[in-house]
Amino acid sequence: MEWLTETKIPLGRWIASLMDALNEHADFVFYTISDVLEFIIENTVDLLVWLPPFLIIALFGVLAAWLHKSWKLTAFTVLSLLLIVNLGYWEATMETLALVIYATLFCMVIGVPLGVASAHRPWLYQALRPVLDLMQTIPTFVYLIPTLILFGLGVVPGLISTVIFAIAAPIRLTHLGIASTPKALIEAGKSFGCTPRQLLFKVELPSAMPSIMAGLTQCIMLSLSMVVIAALVGADGLGKPVVRALNTVNIAQGFEAGLAIVILAIVLDRICRRDKSENTGQ
Amino acid sequence: MSNAVEFDNIDVIFGDKQAESLALLDAGKNRDEIAKATGNILGVANVSFDVPQGEICVLMGLSGSGKSSLLRCVNGLNRVSRGSLRVHDGDWMVDVTSCDANTLRDLRRKCVAMVFQQFGLFPWRTVEDNVGFGLELDGMGPKERREIVREKLALVGLDQWAGKYAHELSGGMQQRVGLARAFATDAPILLMDEPFSALDPLIRNRLQDELLDLQEKLNKTILFVSHDLDEAMKLGNSIAIMEGGYVVQHGTPEDIALRPANEYVADFVAHMNPVNILRGRAIMHRVDRDQRNDTGELPVEDEDIRITLQDGIIKAAHNGKRGELRLINYNGELPADLDATDNSVIFVADDTVLLKDLIEMRSITQNPVLLTREGRISGTLGRKEFFESLTQTATVAD
Repeated sequence: MEWLTETKIPLGRWIASLMDALNEHADFVFYTISDVLEFIIENTVDLLVWLPPFLIIALFGVLAAWLHKSWKLTAFTVLSLLLIVNLGYWEATMETLALVIYATLFCMVIGVPLGVASAHRPWLYQALRPVLDLMQTIPTFVYLIPTLILFGLGVVPGLISTVIFAIAAPIRLTHLGIASTPKALIEAGKSFGCTPRQLLFKVELPSAMPSIMAGLTQCIMLSLSMVVIAALVGADGLGKPVVRALNTVNIAQGFEAGLAIVILAIVLDRICRRDKSENTGQ
Repeated sequence: MSNAVEFDNIDVIFGDKQAESLALLDAGKNRDEIAKATGNILGVANVSFDVPQGEICVLMGLSGSGKSSLLRCVNGLNRVSRGSLRVHDGDWMVDVTSCDANTLRDLRRKCVAMVFQQFGLFPWRTVEDNVGFGLELDGMGPKERREIVREKLALVGLDQWAGKYAHELSGGMQQRVGLARAFATDAPILLMDEPFSALDPLIRNRLQDELLDLQEKLNKTILFVSHDLDEAMKLGNSIAIMEGGYVVQHGTPEDIALRPANEYVADFVAHMNPVNILRGRAIMHRVDRDQRNDTGELPVEDEDIRITLQDGIIKAAHNGKRGELRLINYNGELPADLDATDNSVIFVADDTVLLKDLIEMRSITQNPVLLTREGRISGTLGRKEFFESLTQTATVAD
């Protein structure tokens, strides 16, 4: 056994020196990214907090009523958001909402094109699969450290970690949706003279839409599940009171903040979810 | 009449060892031997025939005979491995085997439309948007599109359903949408890949009739894939029977039924009672197309009978020996009040009537049967045609 442990392969050291090198020579890149993202997110949060809570709650209510035509869902949405205001977590909720919106936005903007590309190119999917597995299984704290070093404390490393954790869902589900477009529909599209672009936008994407929307809701849920971890690296939001409650063993605060996260999750999920009875399915 | 589609020594091989497989094919190997040697599948082998403009040509065979593979070559869904496949539209001619992607797209948008077995409708589009799909691809604005779509939907009797989704319609209606979609681009050539196989027999029969009616109006060139000899006989102006990738016989329905080229075709025909397959249309003495709307007298040669027509509708029939004949319209059943034999009557029947029923009519009267299409005369079935068909189908049945 000794020969095996005698010379340790310096795997960890390699990664560490890679990070050091990046930090030393390319730090301006990461700081610029960090500054820009922070600017955008903080302004969004400012806007959300500046708007009267009742206006935002009303907007959510209208959205629920318009998309799902269900008074039950509308009533639930309005009442549960009012509860958050009552508990005093409105500002933190808006901070979390901003983080979730941007994390989901980045995931979809990167994930959907990647999913489409990998559905059209089997070799790309073969290459992507282990990376996606890695991103989903590697413990979050492990890549929290380098993102912290590269982007500094604050909302940005939280956002980046969230994106890394959540992006696999839209990629996989977009790939699944596009790859399982019925052959008959592809042939119908081709036989009427689709260009490759038209085939994508008029046949494949509409056919994959239920799957892509499932990717969106999953992405939102995964992002919400990251808010506590994001709070550990300094992102504002509902994660912060949870972390504080953990440190001070404050059951009341922990429960209230946790409940606010759950409410936000359920509201976002129900509003974004598409009903099976709609005429869009197959 | 000019040709709309010309197949010229077409071979189709599925797989990546094209040259190797073609060499084996030339050496006379069959599908199984090629598959064993190269792993490639022989789809179509050495097919040459023409489809004249305005005809319905049925590609027929058992599953795996290559009929669908051949059909899909016409609009380039399948790649032709060797040979030349020319599609004509007026003066425009495209060789599908060698044209570039833009020409192929033009061909698909303007010249060749397709109807699918499982309908191939887009579930997220309304009926209207499904029908307008081809026009939309070609960049037509929504306003003009709407007008054309309504017109085509009216053609298939679905104008009330424009706003529905495909899954809200029955199978037969869905395929009517498929038909309207194919008509929408006014493509002169229609490819139909077992379009009615997924429907129940009653609806299938009705859609076949509707297709024939529409064809009288639209005069398209139709390539129709079917595994059903009855359907092929009913629809086809010509039938190409395929086996193992080869066309084993190409001819008119009469040819196929009366003069099968080999055992395979003979078996096909024999296994279905020809009396139940052959229709009046296939064995009748045809009245020229330009005489079908005539007013005046039309003699039936050798039978001493004169028919009086008004705009092609049979008004009276006169036998030189027996005088005026009583016209009896045959609607699927013989009138109950008829004697066992009665030579003073003459039957008028739709030309899709089966030989079986014609035999029944002939057992009552010695006069010829007059056949009509949409109420106007299309042919006559005298003693000569009748016995000819019977004796020759009898040899087929052996």
